[in-house]
Amino acid sequence: MAKRGRLPLTRRLIQLYAALLYNAHLRGFAEGKIYTGSLKNLCVPGLNCYSCPGAVAACPLGALQNAISASADRPAFYVVGLLLLFGLLLGRVICGFLCPFGLIQELLHKIPTKKVKKSPLTRKLSRLKYVILLVFAVAIPAWFALKNLPLPGFCKYICPAGTLEGAVLLLLHPANGALRAMTGGLFWWKLTLLATILTACVFVYRAFCRFLCPLGALYGLLSRLALLGVKVDAGRCTDCGACVRVCPMDIRRVGDRECVQCGTCISVCPTRAISFRAGKIVLHGAALQERRLP
Amino acid sequence: MTRRTVLWAGLCAAAVLLIVLGVVNGGSRDVFAKAVKICSECIGLG
Repeated sequence: MAKRGRLPLTRRLIQLYAALLYNAHLRGFAEGKIYTGSLKNLCVPGLNCYSCPGAVAACPLGALQNAISASADRPAFYVVGLLLLFGLLLGRVICGFLCPFGLIQELLHKIPTKKVKKSPLTRKLSRLKYVILLVFAVAIPAWFALKNLPLPGFCKYICPAGTLEGAVLLLLHPANGALRAMTGGLFWWKLTLLATILTACVFVYRAFCRFLCPLGALYGLLSRLALLGVKVDAGRCTDCGACVRVCPMDIRRVGDRECVQCGTCISVCPTRAISFRAGKIVLHGAALQERRLP
Repeated sequence: MTRRTVLWAGLCAAAVLLIVLGVVNGGSRDVFAKAVKICSECIGLG
């Protein structure tokens, strides 16, 4: 087997930096208040609740639902443009490198227990996130927008990042007693769902990303066009399937819409056909090592 | 230049145009207005 290289460590460091960068308003954690500066005009590419006390920018999925809710007044150009640009430049590299909730799931999966491996069932379940995208993140906000009622369906009924980063971190702070007094059935539903998802992530690799995340579904639709990501040199590939076997996600081929571009497959390719690229520029992989040889 | 490159460049240009139109029509202000308030839906308060 080829040498593993440094991509896993680099990826973990980038994930940590991204999580810190998204939540750089450290004073917010101490004061139990959210950031209200001008950076909140922008969205970060990954799933990160804007009600997290540390969040310095908006969540793209929350912003999309609110833009759809307000679409009777003005078309959702801004958020759609941002999501399209993120998807075209980075694709699901965002999921693999720049999503704090993805990092949390990966760390939970490191807890030593028996693991559920991918199977035809998990592959079928991975289609659920496209339904959630369509129903909760698009159709419900659009339907209620017709009645002039803003209803971000995914944020309200499902989003575990909002519950963890927003609800838990805000409500635990002593200064937010008034918010705690307002908790009801919806809060307990979301907290139960969060606990279920986090528990599932201990046994199932990135359970939320694979089965439920509408943002990953959206970026997945653009992943074949994305500039940055894991690419396969078709001339070298022998279709041995080693890459698909080692991948913990429900991929059919490297770089397809289920691939979070983590690069785990690069080191197992016997013909060195896989590399991490930005367009034609090789950033990591055997092809780069070969170019460096005299 | 391949067809895929042309499609990619065209979509990128469309994305930038949408962002500019969104800034002009107040879309970025909407994002800001929502993001600077505690989102009651996100934290499960309804």
